[in-house]
Amino acid sequence: MIDARLRPLRTRLLTALFAVVQTVLGIAAARAADHPPFVFTGIPDQDERRLVERFGKVASYLEAKLGVPVRYIPVKNYPAAVTAFTNGQVQLAWFGGFTGVQARRAASGARAIAQGAEDATFKTYLIANIRTGLVSSKEFPKAIAGKTFTFGARTSTSGRLMPEHFIRQAFPGQTPDQVFSRVGYSGDHSRTIQLVQSGAFDVGAVDYTVWDLETKAGKVDASAVSVIWESPTYPDYQWTVRGDVDTVYGAGFTERLTAALVAIEDPAILEPFGRSKFVPVTDAAYDPLIAVAKSTGLLD
Amino acid sequence: MSGLGRLSPHAPFPGYAAISRWFAAVALAALLAADLHVSSLQPWAELRRLLAGFVQADFPSVEALSVAHTVAFAVLGVGLGAGSAFLLAIPFARSRTVRGLCAFLRSVHELFWALLLIQVFGLSATTGILAIALPYAGICAKVYSEIIEENDLAALRVLPPGTGGASAFFYARLPDVADKLRHYTLYRLECGLRSTLVLGFIGLPTMGFHLESAFRQGRYGEAGALLLVFYVLIGTRRLWLRPLTLPFLAVASLMALPATIGSPAIGASLARFLGHDIVPVPLRGAAFSDPDTWLRLWTWLRPILTEQVGPGVLQTLMLAQIALVATALGALALFPLVSRRFAGRIGQPLGRILLVTVRSTPEYMLAYVALLLLGPSMLPAILALSIHNAGIVGFLLGRHADDLAYRPDAPRGLNLYAYETVPRLYGQFLAYLLYRWEIILRESAILGMLGVATLGFYIDAAISELRLDVAVVLIAATALMTMAIDALSRALRRSLRIADLPTRLSRPLGPSGGT
Repeated sequence: MIDARLRPLRTRLLTALFAVVQTVLGIAAARAADHPPFVFTGIPDQDERRLVERFGKVASYLEAKLGVPVRYIPVKNYPAAVTAFTNGQVQLAWFGGFTGVQARRAASGARAIAQGAEDATFKTYLIANIRTGLVSSKEFPKAIAGKTFTFGARTSTSGRLMPEHFIRQAFPGQTPDQVFSRVGYSGDHSRTIQLVQSGAFDVGAVDYTVWDLETKAGKVDASAVSVIWESPTYPDYQWTVRGDVDTVYGAGFTERLTAALVAIEDPAILEPFGRSKFVPVTDAAYDPLIAVAKSTGLLD
Repeated sequence: MSGLGRLSPHAPFPGYAAISRWFAAVALAALLAADLHVSSLQPWAELRRLLAGFVQADFPSVEALSVAHTVAFAVLGVGLGAGSAFLLAIPFARSRTVRGLCAFLRSVHELFWALLLIQVFGLSATTGILAIALPYAGICAKVYSEIIEENDLAALRVLPPGTGGASAFFYARLPDVADKLRHYTLYRLECGLRSTLVLGFIGLPTMGFHLESAFRQGRYGEAGALLLVFYVLIGTRRLWLRPLTLPFLAVASLMALPATIGSPAIGASLARFLGHDIVPVPLRGAAFSDPDTWLRLWTWLRPILTEQVGPGVLQTLMLAQIALVATALGALALFPLVSRRFAGRIGQPLGRILLVTVRSTPEYMLAYVALLLLGPSMLPAILALSIHNAGIVGFLLGRHADDLAYRPDAPRGLNLYAYETVPRLYGQFLAYLLYRWEIILRESAILGMLGVATLGFYIDAAISELRLDVAVVLIAATALMTMAIDALSRALRRSLRIADLPTRLSRPLGPSGGT
């Protein structure tokens, strides 16, 4: 009885609801389409203030060089940076070695255009709390077995992928979970240093440029934490651009962008990156990482 | 024994005591197996810095725009959710499909919804609004339907024949329930504010965005200011969130929505998300008639079930169980603080402020802070869940305690508490806890994203590795587990005969409830 009475009401209410949904989402979408600026992001690998500082400078530099409005959008974690790139919210990103591989596999046409001069021969530092008694060595410090260990972000190249690779090499047939008494993922390199320094973890894997930057900034307490091992080198960070930018921003845009990045000489921009300059690069430079990622199970 | 039998010939089975013992025993077993290691060496030093941050809150650092965004997302998200819920509530009682849909919508936490929506809509207002609206539609539809069902149909029965459906609903049904619906929806908006805050932790431009940065980098002055502003926002809800101000708030929220930076290709992303990303790897472009495809699907699925779903579910249940019992103990300890009979005229308002503050702090944030202080183990998660929920349940129990009619010569103090108040409130107490069980479980899953190996831990890993097909399997497992616990909790409440006691946080109490 009530059924039949309610039916027309329901249809009407349903129509009204759809109208409201459309308005709300429509306004949300319309606000997005107002100005299509050139947007970029970077993986949040360290202290957010340093990221805002350096990417803010890059944005104004690129805006002047390219003649289009350039915006930086901050993200909270590594996969968010990759997702923003693959769904087209950003056109350019400062990725780590592995996140770059992920992004280029997911967004066809995307390619690596420039890396820091230091990125061709990047390194990981293993750092340890002084209390552990571990000391610096040339050889891989096998004494770290059984300690607590923190990686950086899950998909960090210098904080996870490569250190895991070296750990698996040193302890054949064992995963980090089996080697260490506890394995954590700190989220970024600055946090890794804090965690090992405070003793929350005995040992950690950290990006050497962030270690140097934090040391320079006076945030590293040498009486609490020290570097115990320097890894062999591997390729890391790079600027990766989407394949569709030339159609959106005009032919030759990718070349102009690459040239602009490579031409950065201002130490005010380069210093917060921990890089001396940027150099052109191609996807092939990162092929070794693909093999490593497959062997550690991060990539199918 | 025979005397007791005469007094209550239909004593529920299992009884209150038995059920309490069972829950406590399971929690104790879980506690023994749980990892509770404190690895931070100076939690007190850090805690002191944190408290100093609250005392010297850095208010100028609070971005007013992020406050506006928080309110806007909450108002529009809950508005959209509640609006849809209102429509879903009408067929809810009759349609199994609608009930199933709503159970599914609310069994997935808003943070998981947001992680999925970001894949398509990017970091945008659309993601924020939908992430709130979807689960809230499921929750509100269920409660609205219950409110409508509970109501008596006297007015509806005396309508003249031929009354139209709309007239019948608006003139005979709605007036009876409007008050309760309004009350509940406004309460939900408060929850919406908490949810919106938490969405900031994964990158949406709400207060949570700045709060996460401030905590992570130890800028406790800024964090303290943000939290205090948030408490004031929630504490003054009854002043600015009224039926009369709602239309104005809705329009203002639409205007205050953050402009999305960049323009995600929504159509293409949606097609890729549905047609590729969440399709299990072995099924992508495979021939469905080929039995090998299904064999490959099983080889793909089996390790996910044994290595991720299995341990994840176990850890999630363990955490939820410990947190539930800790919540129970906390609530029993806290409720006298907000009861006039125990706390007195002066103590009661202070107790209320304390418990409202505690319940306004999202558990995800509590866990985040506890993790920074204590290091990674299950302990921060247990603390966060039990502090937040004990605040909620304690607050409600305190109100019930003041509603009880005591004899003039009732004992005082501990005797009153132990021999009269608690025994008389015990059914109500169990009803609240069994109701919170599902909610605590949902939160336990989420806290995995902070490093405890609950289901959220594996979901975080799957999303990091861009294995959305795995993430979807894990989220579905989380949803199934939540729905199972929900069903178990309802069965227990029925068998304990406490199914009809109030469990909703917002339901106006009797005349003396004073809401």
